[in-house]
Amino acid sequence: MDTQTKGIKAHLAAHMRDFGLLFALIAIMVFFQIVTGGTLMRPVNITNLFLQNSYVIIMALGMLIVIVSGHIDLSVGSVMGFVGALAAVLIVHYNMPVAVTVPICLIAGAAIGGAQGYFVAYWRIPSFIVTLAGMLVFRGLSLWLLEGQSVGPFPKSFQIISTGFVPELFPASWGEGLAMLFDARKFNVLSFVLGLAAAATVIRMGLKARKRDMDYGIESEPAGLFWARTLIVSAAIVFLMFKLSTFRGLPNVVVTMGVLIMIYAFVTERTVIGRRIYALGGNEKAAKLSGIKTERLTFLAFVNMGVLAALAGLVFAARLNTATPKAGFSLELDVIAAVFIGGASMSGGSGKIIGAVVGAFIMGVMNNGMSIMGIGIDYQQVIKGLVLLAAVFFDVYNKNKQG
Amino acid sequence: MALKGDIMTILLEMRDITKEFPGVKALDQVNLAVKGGEIHAICGENGAGKSTLMKVLSGVYPAGSYDGEIHFEGALAQFQGIRDSEDRGIIIIHQELALVPQLSIAENIFLGNETAKAGVINWYEANQRTSALLKKVGLKESPTTLIDSLGVGKQQLVEIAKALSKDVKLLILDEPTAALQEGDSRKLLDLMLELKAQGVTSIIISHKLGEVRYVADTVTVIRDGRSVSTLDAKAGLSEDQIVRDMVGRDMSDRYPARTRRAGEMLMEINGWNVWHPEHSERQVIKDIAFNVRAGEVVGIAGLMGSGRTELAMSIFGRSYGRGITGTVKLHGKEADVSRVDRAIKAGLAYVTEDRKSLGLILDETIRFNTTLANLEGVSKGGVLNANAETKVAEGYREALRTRTPSVFQKVGNLSGGNQQKVVLAKWLNTSPEVLILDEPTRGIDVGAKYEIYAIINELSAQGKGVVMISSEMPELLGMSDRIYVMNEGAFVGELSAEEANQERIMSLIVNE
Ligand SMILES: Nc1ncnc2c1ncn2[C@@H]1O[C@H](COP(=O)(O)OP(=O)(O)OP(=O)(O)O)[C@@H](O)[C@H]1O
Ligand SMILES: [Mg+2]
Repeated sequence: MDTQTKGIKAHLAAHMRDFGLLFALIAIMVFFQIVTGGTLMRPVNITNLFLQNSYVIIMALGMLIVIVSGHIDLSVGSVMGFVGALAAVLIVHYNMPVAVTVPICLIAGAAIGGAQGYFVAYWRIPSFIVTLAGMLVFRGLSLWLLEGQSVGPFPKSFQIISTGFVPELFPASWGEGLAMLFDARKFNVLSFVLGLAAAATVIRMGLKARKRDMDYGIESEPAGLFWARTLIVSAAIVFLMFKLSTFRGLPNVVVTMGVLIMIYAFVTERTVIGRRIYALGGNEKAAKLSGIKTERLTFLAFVNMGVLAALAGLVFAARLNTATPKAGFSLELDVIAAVFIGGASMSGGSGKIIGAVVGAFIMGVMNNGMSIMGIGIDYQQVIKGLVLLAAVFFDVYNKNKQG
Repeated sequence: MALKGDIMTILLEMRDITKEFPGVKALDQVNLAVKGGEIHAICGENGAGKSTLMKVLSGVYPAGSYDGEIHFEGALAQFQGIRDSEDRGIIIIHQELALVPQLSIAENIFLGNETAKAGVINWYEANQRTSALLKKVGLKESPTTLIDSLGVGKQQLVEIAKALSKDVKLLILDEPTAALQEGDSRKLLDLMLELKAQGVTSIIISHKLGEVRYVADTVTVIRDGRSVSTLDAKAGLSEDQIVRDMVGRDMSDRYPARTRRAGEMLMEINGWNVWHPEHSERQVIKDIAFNVRAGEVVGIAGLMGSGRTELAMSIFGRSYGRGITGTVKLHGKEADVSRVDRAIKAGLAYVTEDRKSLGLILDETIRFNTTLANLEGVSKGGVLNANAETKVAEGYREALRTRTPSVFQKVGNLSGGNQQKVVLAKWLNTSPEVLILDEPTRGIDVGAKYEIYAIINELSAQGKGVVMISSEMPELLGMSDRIYVMNEGAFVGELSAEEANQERIMSLIVNE
């Protein structure tokens, strides 16, 4: 018994960062749930929370890769706004079909990322400078494209990128029955089933990884801790999906987001290219001498960032149903903050997709909760700034303590 | 007064020092007693705990983070950090040099200790004092010379000058000569003897046992985190005695037996010219031609700065220099080595001389580093196979006897010698045709050296070619089938194993 509690303590100490992040998110959610008198977890608000944060999360995926590779991208907010403007102009002014506009916009994002990546990777101009320039350039270009006006509205087929929900596949009677059972007005069975499936996947993958660790004698997490963590995460997923089911179901962007998160987590953790990105950020010279094409990899990290910023721009414009010259303004700061709160290191080489996603949710829940409480934008900024500082301080403190 | 120069008094005593890292007991009740005015050597295999012991002593690991007691000048010492120990006159020069390359000698010496009045540095005084210190350590350089432009040997002397600028009572040198050539090493050791005559007590950690015999009065041997013996070196101590205590058994031969067999031509390099990457008018490599046959170990001898590393790196994917001309033929066919990945594919591997900044990703695990240069081998369709990776890393851990609790340890936490084994594993894992080794045994203990030589022999028995660059003449002579002598960017001679000896090599270099 004593050795077991000691094991749990030691493990917690060694993985302070991961657990700290999870606890912080839960604590923040509980806190706002209480102080907002239950508004935070109302189905409509949860739906909103996802919609509001989807574009930050989408960009955080790309930003994590850029930061892991040892760089930074300050231009993503402007690029996002610019692509939204481009979509608006193409669709509204030039009557271009949505199916053509979307690929054009994504290609434009890739080209923008590529242009910036070219200077960073092949000319070795610090990314801070290149993307600072990009931030100004694309902010200006959005204004120019939109001629300073808001452009909208979009056709339905474009709006559903953000505001659509997944259709119900199960018989209507099932939904009605469950709605009665849970005392809700309606119930989207598919969303709930997807939630259950996601939770089951989390448990299954956790068990698989755990077994692999044990097979190789890596000191694995104590069983109690593993189950506590896994069950909390899966319960949270089921709970959120249940809430969504009693409103309009699963928003399309949540599906897009979920798929992207899984892809990027897979790519960064399990593939050759992901491994190379960590090597590049960890020690560029050593990576290069190991045969890694560091320039091309850096270039690709920026191309990828550009595509995701473009996607975020489409999602954002679709949600607001209009493109405004101010769209994306200073959003890069939220994205970068999310990645650092999520545990990535400024010097590159470390950080995880899931960390960045949780970091983005922490920022998102705080934004949302504070807005519900009616806290002024002035205080909101101060508080968010302090949270970022606290998170990074916590990191550095832990590192120093481990020696 | 009683302490200085009095051989009989104990200056430092470390009692029952135990230090644990997560999963590793680095020190287990180690005892060390250093007498005032002596030179005390600490010997032990890689990972035995030598550097850790010195870090405990100097406060890098503060009091409370270890068990046991430190008594210095007769009083219990509980250092909270380097500053504390420095205030008491204990100065450590770490295994990795800590000078700021972009600053001058004087600036480095007075860094954090500036001769300032009201925050304004008096450069005149700083330079004056630096000159005096440089004279003391026998370094003929101006105080305003940038560290960047100095070789490792001179940097080492600057470190010592820096130590002397503080009021030093106990000077600790952690492998000071690992990166030095014999001449420079000798200078440094003589300086230590001189300081000893002036009453400075020193502790030296070294894997070069000849040097230990040359300077040390007493030797403490550490094995697996335990102090196993304290030997009196004044009465004439043999290297074999030290080795026996280090490895726990007798070790009769330093070089494994080698059967020479030069097969068909493996690699041929012709007309190789390289210019300096920044000063494009400076030619660094001048019209070099050489070859390696299957099963051959080819040594490259030369002084530091003769261009050996530059030659190797320029061949390996043009990683150094510009305007490179010349041809590389492998198996008689011209090979494309214009990029590192192509060079690897063609069958080359290059073990860098500087493992920390060029060889390893210190924040990552042993497994990560081992598979890095051959990720294709542990993946399918671009997806990594974690099991395969672990197997590969475990395989090399066993084959090279890397000392670590598991392959999931961060490489940065390994001892210097074990880090070198990981670099070696990384390149062996690419199954190269020609393996270029640049100072492969720097900072490696005798036992591990033997293992590395055995691996080299095994590769050559398989018909692979090995090119070995080394500043350790005995190693070069002991291992090579053929030696090229290099000086100022050009080859000045070629000697067969039978012809080669230290004098001939040196005379080829000097006569040029
Ligand atoms: N910060 C750390 N975290 C975990 N383990 C460590 C850390 N520092 C050292 N170790 C471990 O402690 C042991 C002793 O290491 P140390 O660096 O003292 O060896 P050493 O005797 O100096 O070897 P070398 O001759 O190779 O320099 C090694 O097994 C090493 O892996
Ligand atoms: Mg050491």
